Amino acid sequence: MKHLLSTLDLSYQDAISILDTAEAMAAVGEREVKKLPALRGRTVVNLFFEDSTRTRISFEAAAKRLSADVINFSAKGSSVSKGESLKDTAQTLAAIGADAVVIRHGASGAPARLANSGWIDAAVLNAGDGTHEHPTQALLDAFTMRRHWAQLHGTPSQGTDLKGMHVAIVGDILHSRVARSDLWLLKTLGAEVTLVAPPTLLPFGVESWPCKVSYSLDETLETRPDAVMMLRVQAERMHSAFFPTVREYSRRWGFDDVRLDRLDTLGLDNTILLHPGPMNRGLEISSRAADSPRATVLAQVSNGVSVRMAALYLLLSGEGSSQRTTQEVSAQ
Amino acid sequence: MDLVDPQQAAAAARTVLTSADIDRVLTRIAHEILEANKGGTDLVLMGIPRRGYPLARRLAAKISAADPTLDADAITGQLDVTMFRDDLAHQPTRPPHPTELPASGIDGKVVVLVDDVLYSGRTIRAALDALIDLGRPRAVRLAVLVDRGHRELPIRADHVGKNLPTAAVEKVRVRLTETDQPAVDEVVIEGTA
Amino acid sequence: MKTATPAPAAQPILSANGTYLIRGASLLGAQTADLLIQDGLIAAVGQDLEAPEGAVTVEAAGLVALPGMVDLHTHLREPGREDAETVETGTRAAALGGFTSVHAMANSNPVADTAGVVEQVYSLGLKSGWVDVRPVGAVTVGLKGERLAELGAMADSRARVRVFSDDGMCVHDPVLMRRALEYVKAFDGVVAQHAQEPRMTEGAQMHEGDVSAVLGLPGWPAVAEESIIARDVLLAQHTGSRLHVCHVSTAGSVEIIRWAKERGINVTAEVTPHHLLLTDEAVRSYDPVYKVNPPLRTESDVQALRRGLADGTIDIVGTDHAPHPSEHKECEWAQAAMGMTGLETALSVVQATMIDTGLMDWAGFARVTSATPARIGGVRTQGRPLESGEPANVILVDPAARRTVDPHKMATMGKNSPYAGLELPGQVRATFYAGHPTVLEGALNGPRAAAAEETPWIG
Repeated sequence: MKHLLSTLDLSYQDAISILDTAEAMAAVGEREVKKLPALRGRTVVNLFFEDSTRTRISFEAAAKRLSADVINFSAKGSSVSKGESLKDTAQTLAAIGADAVVIRHGASGAPARLANSGWIDAAVLNAGDGTHEHPTQALLDAFTMRRHWAQLHGTPSQGTDLKGMHVAIVGDILHSRVARSDLWLLKTLGAEVTLVAPPTLLPFGVESWPCKVSYSLDETLETRPDAVMMLRVQAERMHSAFFPTVREYSRRWGFDDVRLDRLDTLGLDNTILLHPGPMNRGLEISSRAADSPRATVLAQVSNGVSVRMAALYLLLSGEGSSQRTTQEVSAQ
Repeated sequence: MDLVDPQQAAAAARTVLTSADIDRVLTRIAHEILEANKGGTDLVLMGIPRRGYPLARRLAAKISAADPTLDADAITGQLDVTMFRDDLAHQPTRPPHPTELPASGIDGKVVVLVDDVLYSGRTIRAALDALIDLGRPRAVRLAVLVDRGHRELPIRADHVGKNLPTAAVEKVRVRLTETDQPAVDEVVIEGTA
Repeated sequence: MKTATPAPAAQPILSANGTYLIRGASLLGAQTADLLIQDGLIAAVGQDLEAPEGAVTVEAAGLVALPGMVDLHTHLREPGREDAETVETGTRAAALGGFTSVHAMANSNPVADTAGVVEQVYSLGLKSGWVDVRPVGAVTVGLKGERLAELGAMADSRARVRVFSDDGMCVHDPVLMRRALEYVKAFDGVVAQHAQEPRMTEGAQMHEGDVSAVLGLPGWPAVAEESIIARDVLLAQHTGSRLHVCHVSTAGSVEIIRWAKERGINVTAEVTPHHLLLTDEAVRSYDPVYKVNPPLRTESDVQALRRGLADGTIDIVGTDHAPHPSEHKECEWAQAAMGMTGLETALSVVQATMIDTGLMDWAGFARVTSATPARIGGVRTQGRPLESGEPANVILVDPAARRTVDPHKMATMGKNSPYAGLELPGQVRATFYAGHPTVLEGALNGPRAAAAEETPWIG
């Protein structure tokens, strides 16, 4: 693995390897000294063209726990907002000696451009691009689900996958990079996925995706999912008339108290509720649901650091992972 | 990474420790450890993956047999040193192994690091760093099945199963029933001239 | 080895008395004959012609002689974007690609919506002397789709504009489109529509389909093209006017045009070389060299377009040659400009997709790349048969040649060729424009001496 751009092109072996490594990393987070020297002397740049404090601090914590030097480059208020091109930014980062670039960008495919254009030789980690993918979010979701699934089966999670697990992903699938990354990864790991959304918020051609599609959250709950992932609703979608009102959306596709109680009635004691955050309480998820023991929101956040440590470690170790180090070696 | 042609290797391989030899030297080391520690008090065995860990378990079983007050499981742990290596950028990516501390922890304990082969000493350097991040042992000792020489750091073992003078081109291969296929216990030298 | 941009030969090979004897060419890929060119005309066609005094002889064994190609859809960028292309560089590219005439689209800066601008472009074409440059006039002022430009003034100008298009923008207002269709009847003009429903394609980045769903790029649905074409053919029927549809890209559009022609509606349609070869699968790379408008569609669309071109539903091939400076492509997909270069690869792509596949012969090629586009554009000196007495717009093509496309060896300033690195068949060995060899041995020879005015071409 040279880059982490999407979960669509992540093999089963690579996915398991990242999740297993993340398990080892998770142990570090529970220690007094939460630091490993693995990436000492390596430079990780967080290149954020979109604001996302959560994702940035998660990557920052991950890189720092591995002893990397971290440079945060927020495109807002910088030369980028004054029209500097992605190419110039990339070449600047290359000149600074970045070993890895964690990029968040509003344009789908910007990380792939960075990785494949030859402008910079660093490892590229996609931290969310447009409406394309958000692979580390999917990995942390899968990590959270795998721990839950392994625990239910009384096995250690190391080396296991999600075979037999049924996951419902609910909300704005059309614009969600999380939904895409989740779907590909969960399928790779053997889970069954149902996408639940209003028809206007499903992508054209969704019939060809490897999943079930439902317009009804209630009907989907009757199919006894093991995990329900609620996606954030972007209020601005309303202006494009994807749905009539926020209230109507919430009634039909929100995880409200009635649906929370329905899980109990159905005897789904082990069904968990995931949300990538930040949550719109009372819109796609009720406060009671968000605070219930089923919700894994906080576990997802801490698992995010472990998964990102794993990704950074796997991308930045190994032969040829550093141009400069290789040159030093040949000079010896 | 075994890139040697197996047939060629077999032709050039020489067994230096058989299954019986390994069991015998582990018994000896177990007794040496107890003797050096003046009993089993505060003793902890930390195996370095992959083969150091089963060796540590075997040693713990033998120690517990000699001193039944000691619970073998309670004094054995696994110490992953991957993240502390100094060659991460020059070797194929190594997935880390879990680190597992014994229930009693390592603070104030006498920690015996256990590994299969002592060579450059760099793994043990990494292990010492890894250990320090986990706590503060009273003392750290080192037990290895084989010491093949060629040290690159000022490190020596306290307990050695067998000193094995080797040439740098030779490979010392340890196989253990817990970790290897075929599941045998043996130590062989390959690539002998 | 040639690595730099092609330039005219230091010592052009020219006949002092304008006499050239082409020996042993296969006329439209059929019978072999010699062609004698004199004074800008084909003076004789026959076997074993004698080389007259002062004639330059061109050995053409194994080469196919075709009428010079006519492009109804070229972006020459001048005036306004001379960093992307100029009339000089664009027409050199055209000559190398086997064209003897190109229609320069109106979306320059200023827009070609007045007699002044079209005359400027026309003059630049005459001055360059590589091909016959025919300016296209804008339908609406500033391509804004609000009110008609002075179409009559452009028609009456020295440039004698007959093709009007807001290409790049759709004339989406149905009333305005109706008026344009009606108005151009006064001077036998044609409206060339860029069929794109604007509301349905706001922010659109690529074909809406399975690939866009995975890539998370806003989709440009086929229906946004097809609904405009359906409306326009009905308008053309209602007004009894002539309609030309630019760059048809979907299978559905082909069906609508077929239906319209069956009903006797006066519509012609165009397909680009890239829509005959490439699909939206190429976008998976996120390389903006594949970003174009209308977007690359699916394999079944490609097949429908090829069949449509073969059976005459689609009348012509137009390149939509759209050079861009590299900074407009060296960026994120969404920020990148739309368009691809095409003049120097059109023949090869059409050969690969239509001729080498057995869908069409060279006579058919001549029809869709020369005779019909010349007729639609009202250019009477172009697209003529290879017969004695006709204007000598002739090209010689080596269909057996194979070459790997390298944008850096092209004459166009645009490096945005989607075929870079691809091996394609066929190469233009010679181009005669009005009896003058602009291209010989597959390389630029020299421009035709500047003419004060193009040969009269309207009766």
